[in-house]
Amino acid sequence: MELVRSHVLVCGGTGCTSSGCEKIIKEMENQLKKNNLDKEIRVIKTGCFGLCALGPIVIVYPEGAFYSMVKPEDVQEIVEEHLLKGRIVKRLLYDETIEEDDTVKSLNEVDFYKKQMRVALRNCGVINPENIEEYIAFDGYKALGKVLTEMTPEQVIDTIKKSGLRGRGGGGFPTGLKWEFTAKAQGDQKYVACNADEGDPGAFMDRSVLEGDPHSVIEAMAIAAYAVGANQGYIYVRAEYPIAVSRLKIAIAQAKEYGLLGQNIFGTDFNFDLEIRLGAGAFVCGEETALMTSVEGHRGEPRPRPPFPAVKGLWGKPTLLNNVETYANIPMIILKGAEWFASIGTEKSKGTKVFALGGKIQNTGLVEIPMGTTLREIVEEIGGGIPNGKKFKAAQTGGPSGGCIPADLIDTPIDYDSLISIGSMMGSGGLIIMDEDTCMVDIAKFFLEFTVDESCGKCSPCRIGTKRMLEILEKITNGNGTMEDIENLEILCKNVKSSALCGLGQTAPNPILSTLRYFKDEYIAHVQDKKCPAGVCKSLLAYTIDAGLCKGCGICAKQCPVNAISGERKNPYKIDTEKCIKCGVCMEKCPFKAIFKNH
Amino acid sequence: MSEQKCCTCTNEKEQEQKLYEVIKKYKGTKGALIPVLHEAQEIYGYLPLKVQKIISKELNVPLTEIYGVITFYTQFSLNPKGKYKIGVCLGTACYVKGAGAIIDKIKEKLGIHVGECTEDGKFSLDATRCIGACGLAPVMTINDDVYGKLTVDDIEEILEKY
Ligand SMILES: Cc1cc2nc3c(=O)[nH]c(=O)nc-3n(C[C@H](O)[C@H](O)[C@H](O)COP(=O)(O)O)c2cc1C
Ligand code: SF4
Ligand code: SF4
Ligand code: FES
Ligand code: FES
Repeated sequence: MELVRSHVLVCGGTGCTSSGCEKIIKEMENQLKKNNLDKEIRVIKTGCFGLCALGPIVIVYPEGAFYSMVKPEDVQEIVEEHLLKGRIVKRLLYDETIEEDDTVKSLNEVDFYKKQMRVALRNCGVINPENIEEYIAFDGYKALGKVLTEMTPEQVIDTIKKSGLRGRGGGGFPTGLKWEFTAKAQGDQKYVACNADEGDPGAFMDRSVLEGDPHSVIEAMAIAAYAVGANQGYIYVRAEYPIAVSRLKIAIAQAKEYGLLGQNIFGTDFNFDLEIRLGAGAFVCGEETALMTSVEGHRGEPRPRPPFPAVKGLWGKPTLLNNVETYANIPMIILKGAEWFASIGTEKSKGTKVFALGGKIQNTGLVEIPMGTTLREIVEEIGGGIPNGKKFKAAQTGGPSGGCIPADLIDTPIDYDSLISIGSMMGSGGLIIMDEDTCMVDIAKFFLEFTVDESCGKCSPCRIGTKRMLEILEKITNGNGTMEDIENLEILCKNVKSSALCGLGQTAPNPILSTLRYFKDEYIAHVQDKKCPAGVCKSLLAYTIDAGLCKGCGICAKQCPVNAISGERKNPYKIDTEKCIKCGVCMEKCPFKAIFKNH
Repeated sequence: MSEQKCCTCTNEKEQEQKLYEVIKKYKGTKGALIPVLHEAQEIYGYLPLKVQKIISKELNVPLTEIYGVITFYTQFSLNPKGKYKIGVCLGTACYVKGAGAIIDKIKEKLGIHVGECTEDGKFSLDATRCIGACGLAPVMTINDDVYGKLTVDDIEEILEKY
């Protein structure tokens, strides 16, 4: 390798790609050439750093200068000032990294990273995911080598069992046990599979691992295959993740080239091959049996369990299925030991968990925390609090299968069992923060719209039940609900929960049950007072112009998309409530703040 | 600005030839149908009956089953899409940040509903799920271009670019 004096890391995750990192990389390479620096300074396109909202992000090492929201026209300054003359461009640094005395803080000191611990994301934002050499330089494939040359399959399974690792795909099933079941199952042919379908609509943990560190999943799948006795693997990825798919393809090709996939890996008699299968936009395919029917090429409808996949999975053969993040932990457990992993987290939830932090929060992005961290630490310290001085109202975990955590439970530690005990769940890692402007009935409706859309229709409790629940929610948010509706809703929820065939239907009522549990008063306000306290449900809103404050400028009338506002200049204007579609534009645009939303 | 390959500019023969190549590549692979449908849709932009028939014959899968698979998965389309495919993310992060108002504005501007295509075939509108850019919520895509941190006011200007 040539002697490189600086590394310029540019985030190439989905967030930053969307905010234009490709242009930054091109411009960086141009400018380096222009200044004859292209030999001594290396540009590396990495995976997500976590702070996606601040993208595109550029980090320059060895200084560790963290430049945020970089524009192509800023690149010249970074090259000429920082890389050529050694003067950090303060103007572009992420505010939080500048100390009061003007010195630059290291990234680990910043609130966003301080409480995080990176195990599954260890290489994301550190290495170039398209270069296997970089993965290898960071101990990549060392765990596979160790397993194949020094450990028996039983020892591998034992290590995973002792580590206490539980599935990160939502269920939280002990990973070592699952491996043991699959290993013990009778069969001449076995498979390992990876669930990268990431169905929670508002979460992108698995995507970031695949984009930022695809080899860690490949290595882990090979280890799993050795442990359970499989020689073929499948990764089931959402087709909506083109960057992840292309990096995976590159990684698989490189691993084959290096003899890390294929025949006689590490000179042993262990053979393992890996194929990618694309999902096609069906949430239910994240469910394990549906995923397998889909890989087989059919409509992704769930099958009844038992038999479990460990006994009868892909093409009727014993199959091990784990989630992306679950796999990403494996090489570290092998290298650092089960005791090390088990020392992180709480008694029953070991290790770390990655969350996609989104919604009404200052630092949206990707975070990895030790289990047992409280929601308060995530919201207030890592997340930087709620924007615009608003109040924290609730957090939602587990997506359409999960529930909410209200403000008075903000000190709940994040682990599998605490979350279940308060009616939510760990889920796969979506963590949506909601403030006082979020209507909880509307959120429940949002998730039910999702499940109605995604129900595969195979069993009637789910197909019909979710539709009925949605109808009631619509009735309530339209202001036509009765107290009886709320009661019926609750009964319906319990029925669907107990009678649906697969996890989708069984968990679909959760968003309703948990909002009913903690925010029943909001439901009642919609029903009895015909009011939406958060001011979201349109049917229950009315926009009015305060005649005293209105200066008659007419700006609102010009902006209204449906011409619902009329009046004469210099006189107070009026809104025709019949015509008004409650878009809120007038209120936003009125220079005298004379328009009000009544709710 | 990226333009989607449209069906009229590459000739039919060429498309068909590509389709046969794809089928050949997957023939014999277990569970070949879905990968073939993905690539066929990339060639044609959607999955017309003619294409389904070819796949049915070559892979030896009944046409009814192919139809069943296509209609099960939202990624597959039986109808042509617009030259510019608009996708507004209605994932949770985007929804909480006001994606509903964004989609309303687009519907109003184009005069179409979700799942429809404008009469001139220029735009089609779909609601998508999280595209993984939640940090930039609310987000929409037009073909391969991604627009983040949207406000209702941005819509007009963005649509005018196409
Ligand atoms: C409706 C439904 C959707 C699911 N979606 C996902 C998903 O997107 N990703 C995932 O890893 N697991 C998902 N699961 C859980 C899987 O069925 C399975 O438990 C998991 O992939 C097992 O891996 P793990 O033990 O490593 O968590 C889903 C389950 C249900 C019922
Ligand atoms: S519960 Fe819903 S998604 Fe699951 S099998 Fe029944 S209809 Fe299909
Ligand atoms: S809320 Fe929208 S539709 Fe109603 S009056 Fe104001 S601008 Fe017009
Ligand atoms: S995508 Fe760049 S920081 Fe997340
Ligand atoms: S929810 Fe819209 S990009 Fe994730």
